Amino acid sequence: MSEKSVTVRNLTMSFKEVQAVKGISFEVARGEVFGLVGPDGAGKTTTMRILAAILTPDSGEAQILGLSSATEREKIHDRIAYMSQRFGLYQDLTVEENMEFYADMYGVKRSELKASMDKLLDWSGLTQFRSRPAGKLSGGMKQKLGLACALIHTPELLLLDEPTNGVDPVSRKEFWNLLYKLVDEGLTIIMTTAYLDEAERCHSLAFMDRGKITARGTPEEIVDLIPGGVLKFNSDNPFEESNRITESTEAVSTVFGSQVHVMGNIKEEEIERSIDRKPDIIRSRGSVEDAFVYLSEIETDHG
Amino acid sequence: MTKRLKFMLKKELLQTLRDPRMRIVILIMPIFQTLIFGYAVTTDVKKVDTAVVDLANTVETRAVTEQFISSGIFIPTYRNSYDEAWYAMDQGDIQAMILFNQQGQMQFVTDGSRGLSAGVTAGYAAAILARGQQSPVTVESRAWYNPLLESRNFYVPGVIAMMVMVVTLILSSMAVVREVEIGTMEQIMVTPMKRWEFIVGKLLPFGTIGMVNVLVVTAVAVFWFNIPLQGSLPLLMLAAVLYLMNTLGMGLLISTVSRTQQQAMLSAFFVIFPAALLSGFAFPIANMPGIIRFFTLFNPMRYMMTILRDIFLKGNGLDILWPNYLAMFILGVTLLTTATLRFKKTG
Repeated sequence: MSEKSVTVRNLTMSFKEVQAVKGISFEVARGEVFGLVGPDGAGKTTTMRILAAILTPDSGEAQILGLSSATEREKIHDRIAYMSQRFGLYQDLTVEENMEFYADMYGVKRSELKASMDKLLDWSGLTQFRSRPAGKLSGGMKQKLGLACALIHTPELLLLDEPTNGVDPVSRKEFWNLLYKLVDEGLTIIMTTAYLDEAERCHSLAFMDRGKITARGTPEEIVDLIPGGVLKFNSDNPFEESNRITESTEAVSTVFGSQVHVMGNIKEEEIERSIDRKPDIIRSRGSVEDAFVYLSEIETDHG
Repeated sequence: MTKRLKFMLKKELLQTLRDPRMRIVILIMPIFQTLIFGYAVTTDVKKVDTAVVDLANTVETRAVTEQFISSGIFIPTYRNSYDEAWYAMDQGDIQAMILFNQQGQMQFVTDGSRGLSAGVTAGYAAAILARGQQSPVTVESRAWYNPLLESRNFYVPGVIAMMVMVVTLILSSMAVVREVEIGTMEQIMVTPMKRWEFIVGKLLPFGTIGMVNVLVVTAVAVFWFNIPLQGSLPLLMLAAVLYLMNTLGMGLLISTVSRTQQQAMLSAFFVIFPAALLSGFAFPIANMPGIIRFFTLFNPMRYMMTILRDIFLKGNGLDILWPNYLAMFILGVTLLTTATLRFKKTG
């Protein structure tokens, strides 16, 4: 069990009338990047807050680094980092002062602070902005400062709640490079995301929809969940043809630009019949994105 | 004091001093308010422009008019007819009329649209007329503790209670919500920091600002307006500490029910206005209907107001004022406890 960083068993959580998390279970191995993926309102943030031990679940249990999230909060807080959707920075304090404040809150020794601050500033490329107020940084830089503050006490587990939400693609790429460097140093990362290209970068994924985990595995395993792969063809009216396919067959169909993707044990002839023409249909393995569209459609039809 | 609390205070201090608006709130605002109440807010009537219409014009009527003039308050202008005087009153050129008809009967008229000063003016007139009458008993009234009945002596000490509530209640209610709004609250919750450390770290700086305000306003009152501080300053500061427990407790309570700084600000005003109106600052509590008088018992500003005026003007000590101190202590502890318990739940 020492290889497991986080173990979650039958977690449930309700807010007044709404059941946000409906009995989820998963495990995260030490040193991996685990992605919790799903649409808005799926219960991802609630799950993350339970893992961060700031929310107590109604039932079930979460073991974080071998500690119980319900009873050993403070020990957990000493060893993990949690970055909420909008990492809280004091806009009127400088980059250095923000880092110092979080270091002080975690009780980082002054003698060690200088070294770890220099290292994190260098790592995040913020060294030249160290005395700039956090409010005057760009969005991407704020994100990196947030991460630097979260890591100031050298945690063993990093929880990221939609860390790249609203960050431009270049900054997102830089951010991922930073994350990989951390993983190389042995950190375990659990993150939520709504970007499916990011999901493909994770070692292991769980797809969450309406409070339940509907699929789990590596990105490859998730893609393999599409029975028979994906049938793709080009179309001049992709939306119209996609609709005709879903209406006349059992298959799931979705549009990517001018391309229609059809999934779910369907033969080429059935597609041709429902759209009254013979396009060039290519059968391929599909992507994580295809898999999630397929899984959430299946869930909607049966749920 | 724990290390974390010390660091929290350091951060708050850094943020407060870096904000130019805060410096204004701490130093300029209390002085400004005190000057307004010292100079502008006064119920004393110093000069009344008065029309005199004397249709009888006898020795007696002239003697009465002379008495009014010699008081130094009534500045006369002679008019030939009632119509002329009424016109002047309509125009707002005069605030009172002394009218004698042909039989020598007198009528004294004040401008009732001026509310408070009309009453005060009529009071002066009655006093002047009473002095002229022959009576077996000579009445000489004297106002203790404030011999010249200067309203400034009455209002300026009260400003302390007003100022401290406005400043500390608004600041404390907004400060906690601000951390929630910018997302730092969520981050602080995952640090090993204890809740009490956060609460104390937040409230202590505003308590200090409140105490500085008390000292600033007291200094302006004593050295600028020459309002006598008859009682003890340490006793005044003790009252301020108890009062701050109340205002900060309310501030924290507001922040637990507000989601944005704007909501917190509005809720704070919602508390401040009734508290000021029901404190006896401007309107005597003794004149209020029973049910309202009952509500004032839960208003910490009421007790602070009594303590301030008694210490400044009467020089009373704890032997007389202790029930007010006790009431503020009980209310303060209740408010702080409720707020702290509620604060835990919101996390």
